[in-house]
Amino acid sequence: MSKKELKTVSNTVTWKEITEGGIMPYAGNAHLFKTGDWRSMKPIWLQEKCKQCLLCFPVCPDSSILVNEEGAMTGIDFDHCKGCGVCAKVCPFKAIDFVEEGK
Amino acid sequence: MGKVVEIRWHGRGGQGAKTASLLLADAAFNTGKYIQGFPEYGPERMGAPITAYNRISDERLTIHSNIYEPDYVVVVDDTLITSVDVTAGLKEDGAIIINTTKSPEEVRPALKGYKGKVCTIDARTISVDTLGKYFPNTPMLGAVVKVSGVIDEKVFLNDMVESFKHKFAKKPEVVEGNVKALERSMQEVKGL
Amino acid sequence: MAIRERMSGNEAMAVAMKQINPDVVAAFPITPSTEVPQYFSTFVADGVVDTEFVAVESEHSALSACVGAQAAGGRAMTATSANGLALMWEILYIAACSRLPIVMACVNRTLSGPLNIHNDHSDSMGARDSGWIQLYSENNQEAYDNMLMANRIGEHPDVMLPVMVCQDGFITSHAIENLELLEDDKVKAFVGEYNPKEYLLNKENPISVGPLDLQAHCFEHKRQQAQAMMNAKKVILEVSAEFAKLTGRSYGLFEEYMTEDADVCMVVLNSTAGTAKYVVDQYRAAGKKVGLIKPRVFRPFPVDELTAALSKFKAIAVMDKADSFNAAGGPLFTEITSAMFGKGVVAPKVINYIYGLGGRDVRSGDLEIVFNKLLEIASTGKVDSVYNYLGVRE
Repeated sequence: MSKKELKTVSNTVTWKEITEGGIMPYAGNAHLFKTGDWRSMKPIWLQEKCKQCLLCFPVCPDSSILVNEEGAMTGIDFDHCKGCGVCAKVCPFKAIDFVEEGK
Repeated sequence: MGKVVEIRWHGRGGQGAKTASLLLADAAFNTGKYIQGFPEYGPERMGAPITAYNRISDERLTIHSNIYEPDYVVVVDDTLITSVDVTAGLKEDGAIIINTTKSPEEVRPALKGYKGKVCTIDARTISVDTLGKYFPNTPMLGAVVKVSGVIDEKVFLNDMVESFKHKFAKKPEVVEGNVKALERSMQEVKGL
Repeated sequence: MAIRERMSGNEAMAVAMKQINPDVVAAFPITPSTEVPQYFSTFVADGVVDTEFVAVESEHSALSACVGAQAAGGRAMTATSANGLALMWEILYIAACSRLPIVMACVNRTLSGPLNIHNDHSDSMGARDSGWIQLYSENNQEAYDNMLMANRIGEHPDVMLPVMVCQDGFITSHAIENLELLEDDKVKAFVGEYNPKEYLLNKENPISVGPLDLQAHCFEHKRQQAQAMMNAKKVILEVSAEFAKLTGRSYGLFEEYMTEDADVCMVVLNSTAGTAKYVVDQYRAAGKKVGLIKPRVFRPFPVDELTAALSKFKAIAVMDKADSFNAAGGPLFTEITSAMFGKGVVAPKVINYIYGLGGRDVRSGDLEIVFNKLLEIASTGKVDSVYNYLGVRE
């Protein structure tokens, strides 16, 4: 999304610039809305315990499980992770800790 | 402003008074007139008295209210005469046209002292003779054209032949009967 | 050459829709507009239109289907009356704020009070703030012509708003009258294709429609929507001028009848304006200087033009076929008087009549009462009653 496009959804856009009827004419921009600061609990990935079973990936409601091109989990996207803890709960190998934010 | 002819129809729900008023509007339209044809909708059901209206004019019509002082009244069912005030507002220099086997003299006493022209037409007999069934619309149409003179008779008859041919394209055998019904009603209407 | 025809107001609207040949029509039957989708569905069955006809289970669904179809990139139309329009209420606002130029045939009928199927303007007047353009029609010809112009107005890039074309239920919707139709090819050329900038079925550029729109943005969208309504006035005049070239029938924001040297004026919508013209002709023949203004465009409200036109009269009667139940006049009256006040036009005496509710027949004699009162006010300068009811049994 270009800077100009970004402007149309910003909080400074004027009525002359905003899109008609509030349509979003630019696809694939949900990542621009950062939800990481909603988090009070935080998942911690323990790489040495992880067996790469990837059970965490499909349960994450926010696609915050980072997976590389080889299909291996590489960590957690804290820009968007809301700290729901589902990944920690589902992990059969206790490879994800779930702790208070800031600790 | 040219003369506007105003006609009020009285019938019973299901008898086709509305259709007859629309047929008259059509016939007048086909001769180049400006027309209005509209029913007065109420809670009517089959058999209940209904009212329909026509305005026919050489100039564009703008008025959009019901007709209270008609030039002509057409009564499609003579049993309405005792239950509906059919001559209400009817102009004395106009006429009332009633579908009945009675003569104008026999009917007049029931018309609350109406002094204008009273015409009668036995639409049932004409319809049964020419069409084999009771469809009062066509004979009533012929009678109202004859009495009102609102459309030139020859133009009207020629036009209706074409109109029937078009309307009954799939039943050409009824065209002749309908034309006959028109001709007979125009000849047989009494009280002119 | 125009086609000389005779048909009812409902059939005229349906024929206009046939000639427009929209992508989608979704409607639910309600008296007195039922015939519009009824006629149209026969056109669909006969294959004379390409339209997808969506038979829905309510008016709420009818307009929702239109919203979906129009957002997808199609041209959608519907028809309704009274309680049907009321059931569409929520979606009326969604169509307008989503800037979807749907066209609706609104056959005016009283909005229940108690059950009544006949004409007044309480349905469309209630929807006056929903963001729809509203065009009013005196007779079947105007209903047909307004339908033909509606798409062009609503779909203009400076507008992008839904359009409601109103005519009087039964009085014109069910009355057979003369009218002139345009040839199909001329309508097709005039109406043209609908080519929205953005639409849901455009796979090259996917979009989202109807998003959550909170404190940070909703006001900007409303302001933009308001601008579209302001822009509509110019577009309506442009489209009407083009239509006049095609047909010889001229339409403005309102029609002035015998107003040039008139002392007094009646302002009245739809079919009653026709009856009022008949009365004006009679008064003129008797040397009385009476005139008539018939608003065609109620939304957008032509503040500048209407107040300028009204400024020259000594006395004005604004006729409302709907009560606002605000204890202070009907909707047309309050809009006109507040517009006049805002523009500093305060010389004319203005009175209000609420008339014809629930289909009460409006006779020429009723309108004579109004003109007589106006002439009296013009000569005495005195108004004894501002808010009045006409034709009700006292």
